Amino acid sequence: MSVSARVARGAAGASRRAGRRRVEPVFYWFLLPTLLLFTALVLLPAVVGIFYSFTDYVGFGNWSFVGITNYRAVFSDPAVFDAYAFTIGFALVTVILAQAVALALALGLTSRIRFATALRSIFVIPMVISGIVIAYVFNYLFSNTLPSVAGSIGFGPLEESILGNPDLAWIAIVIVSAWQTIPGALLIYIAGLLSIPDELYEAAAIDGASPWRRFRSVTLPLIAGFILINTILGIKGYLNAYDIIVALTQGGPGTETRSVAMTIFTGYTGGDYAYQMANATVFFVLTVVVSLLQLLATRGRGLRL
Amino acid sequence: MTTTPTHARTTPPGTEPDSRPPVNPKRKRIGAASRTVTISLMIAALVVVIPLYVTIAMSLKSTSQAADGNAFALPWPLNPDSFATAWRLTDFPVSFGISLAVAAATVIGTLVLSSLAAYAIARNWDRRLFRWSFYYLLGAMFLPFPVVALPQIKLTALLGIDSPVGVALLHIVFQLSFSVLLYSAFLRSIPAALEESARIDGATTWQIFWRIIMPLLGPMNATVGIFAFLASWNDYMLPSLITADPAQQTLPVVQSIFQSQFGTNYNIAFASYLMAMAPTVLVYLFAQRWVISGVTQGAVKQ
Repeated sequence: MSVSARVARGAAGASRRAGRRRVEPVFYWFLLPTLLLFTALVLLPAVVGIFYSFTDYVGFGNWSFVGITNYRAVFSDPAVFDAYAFTIGFALVTVILAQAVALALALGLTSRIRFATALRSIFVIPMVISGIVIAYVFNYLFSNTLPSVAGSIGFGPLEESILGNPDLAWIAIVIVSAWQTIPGALLIYIAGLLSIPDELYEAAAIDGASPWRRFRSVTLPLIAGFILINTILGIKGYLNAYDIIVALTQGGPGTETRSVAMTIFTGYTGGDYAYQMANATVFFVLTVVVSLLQLLATRGRGLRL
Repeated sequence: MTTTPTHARTTPPGTEPDSRPPVNPKRKRIGAASRTVTISLMIAALVVVIPLYVTIAMSLKSTSQAADGNAFALPWPLNPDSFATAWRLTDFPVSFGISLAVAAATVIGTLVLSSLAAYAIARNWDRRLFRWSFYYLLGAMFLPFPVVALPQIKLTALLGIDSPVGVALLHIVFQLSFSVLLYSAFLRSIPAALEESARIDGATTWQIFWRIIMPLLGPMNATVGIFAFLASWNDYMLPSLITADPAQQTLPVVQSIFQSQFGTNYNIAFASYLMAMAPTVLVYLFAQRWVISGVTQGAVKQ
């Protein structure tokens, strides 16, 4: 993490590093509230939760240690497997769709067009709207409007609500999730594209490069870091999918669109607290893997923490 | 929780990419087909505009017109009664007030706690305690809410803060790592000489922080504040699980609580949705310059 080196250089210059200066006590007071709050509300619950994942605790009353029984059960539970398969698949499809659209929009918005500011304003609006609220709006569109439009033009497959179709319901979730998360990626891409010097495009044009060639050989390599970051941040967000699914399908039809977060939360009401904590711990490991990929990626690409 | 970018670096004020207009005359791309691109983007923008138009149109219809299935039809005759009904049914002022209080507390708490912590960390980086605290706080990146949700629900109930108070505290906690990261990156660009001259004049560290550092943090405060506000105001997952009393829920949660009571009175449901989303959209439309540059600044290494 190169920020560390930089902070060191910037803040505690060579003169200070020479001797062990005394830390002004007030700095401890600056740091303390944050550390306390963080420890009490994040670390402590995490440790307690992981502890209970090795017990048969049901959420109240007595408990005893059961070793790794819960973990064994999690790994052989088809319901849990389906939730992971759905969540990971959903995250991958959504991230590809959202990144492709965001990049295309960013390319359009940074090229020579009319109404650029107004168009950008419109495309960013979804960022400030609550996911669950807009998902209720889309729920209406998918279950009422789309079927009636499909019916009037005689397009059979869409005459029934796709939210009730076990094979298609996930598509609705992908669309709404992408709709809501594209603006964030879009702003990052716009900033990335604006950082590419014009001279490079001019040189490429003089060399006779076609627009597609210019995109592939100039734009793409120079924004690769931004694509990588957006992709990893996107996956991290989509893995926590919950709000939009609640409003669109509530995990249905059946358990077809149930996300990992949804299965974990059943531990709150369903009496299998310890079991779902084991599930949450597995989910934690998955998140750590994705986050480590992010650290590696940011480091490798000259982007830094 | 939100996907907060963690690779952020900051730029000195005024050099962020957004400080120039998006269409810079110097940036004319060779052979750009401006009309085709403009029209394509306008068509694409319909994907954003149509759901918003439907929300407004539906909310202004009468119950019978809303039930006829044509979402795109102009509402006629205009029926603003749905707003009054939704207002009463969902007890809008209460949930709006709670949402606003939770979001405001989150913004203020995040700004104060993380700027103080980042300042302490940045100025004492040579001390192990502060360095390790920084990495410790960064650990929250690895802990999304679903992982710690079950124990946090129990803990907040135990402490008697299974209410908007607990929601605000948890919202602050989940913003801390990203905000401390942003602030400490920014603080290292502020030369220590500024503070040293104030110190010679007899200022205490506390005074230096509020009189010198805080004003310099202006652009970062905007970025951190916008992220904290949006994450808190729009969140559904955390308040729906933490707050025990449905009467104390935030606006997004209220929409799901009232689903069954809206039933097929779509005009009332949409009036309620519109009232829930309008505040942030209106603020955004008036303050978009700051919102966009704030978000861009927080998200991009330039």
